Formats: sequence, C-alpha cells, structure tokens
Amino acid sequence: MSNTEKIEPIEVQIRTVLRAHGRLNKNVDLLEDSDDLYESGMTSHASVNVMLGLEGVFDVEFPDHMLKRNVFSSIQSIRSALGDLMTAA
Amino acid sequence: MTDQCNFNNQLVLSHSSPFRVGFDLVQISRIIDSISCFGDGFKNRLFTPNELNYAHQGKDLCPQRLAARFAAKEATIKALRWSDAGIGWKEIEVCKLPDGDCELALHGRAAELAKGMGMTSMTLSLSHDGDYAGAVVAVGFEPKMARLLE
Repeated sequence: MSNTEKIEPIEVQIRTVLRAHGRLNKNVDLLEDSDDLYESGMTSHASVNVMLGLEGVFDVEFPDHMLKRNVFSSIQSIRSALGDLMTAA
Repeated sequence: MTDQCNFNNQLVLSHSSPFRVGFDLVQISRIIDSISCFGDGFKNRLFTPNELNYAHQGKDLCPQRLAARFAAKEATIKALRWSDAGIGWKEIEVCKLPDGDCELALHGRAAELAKGMGMTSMTLSLSHDGDYAGAVVAVGFEPKMARLLE
C-alpha cells in the first residue's frame, strides 16, 4: 500500500454498493445524485441490503432512528447520512 | 356489513373504529441471497431472538419463515405509515402462539408511537407459496382518531 493510493469519493463508493445490492432497474452510473432510488426499482428489502453493504464499506452502523425511507431514497441523502455517522464516530 | 367505505387503504366502519391495512410481498430467494451475503448480520439486524428461534426450528422452512416475518414488519410499517418514523425492525415482532396462529407485538419506540396514535388492535395474516411470502396487517384505532388518520 502506498501513500498515493487513490481513495474513491464517497459518492463513487455509494454507487458501487447500489450496483451490488440495490437491484435498480436503471444504470447506476446514469443516476443523478438526487434521483429517487425507490422510483428506480429499489425495494424495501433491497434497501436493507444497501444499508448493510454501506455499513461494511464505511465501517459505520445506522442506528434505529436513521432507518427511514428518506435516508435511503437517493445517493444525496445516503451521502448526507453517512456524513453524519462518520462525523459522530 | 353496512356503512362501509374504503378511502385510500383506510377502512372506515360507521359506528366503529377506523382501520388501516398494510400488505407486503417478499421473494424468498432474495432472503436466501441476503443471508448468503451478510450472514448473521442480516438476520440479527432484522429479527428478534424469538423469531430466529422459531425460524430455525423449521430447518428447510427457515427462509420462508424469515421472509414472511420480514413481510409482516414491512406491512406493519405501511399500515401505520411509519416509513419515515425511524423504527427498528426488531421493534416489530411476529409472535408464534401455541395454537399455531401468529400475532404482532410492538416494543420500545414502536409501542410508544402506536399508543400515541390511538392504536387499539393489530391483526396479522401470513402466507407463503413457492418463492414468495406475504403478509397483511390490519390496524385498528380509537374512534376519536378517525379524522386525524384521514
């Protein structure tokens, strides 16, 4: 591992998790950060998988009070929630 | 039954209590995929120890039972319009009764919220067939809450 190892932006990592677990009916790369993920095909079950995937990648845990539909409704809202969790850690 | 109207998923019976209904359908093979991917992390995040004990007693039926219970939790969230309430899945528990029937129990903040909404009863029906499990939850409220629930 070198000091110059590239760290991917959070949004890129979120898209990677969505690609693996979101079961979206749209190309994740073509989504705007504000696009509604539920309208893009994500089910409630898939959102659980996305949450667990995010927890693994970012080493955080979403507390119960953050288990809201709107937290996982867009890349933007996920980014915001992760920011809160990582700031609190 | 007379004086019965259905307004946007809310069953209103005159001279009776207002009701709401929630339904959810879960693909069992997706539950198996989630368990394969996340293991106990998935199960322990969503299900109470009692729910897991019952599911595991079924051996081959474990995925079906977990899928039905997840559907029940989601149906409850829909019936109570709690998608943005910040409720943990384990605060909604499917309890297996000695006679084989199932009922719902709410814990912690979910119980407090339900009480604040004037909830008086919950009824649950579970089913699974092939690759799908579904649940219907009906929630009754105090008559005085009818207008607030519209």
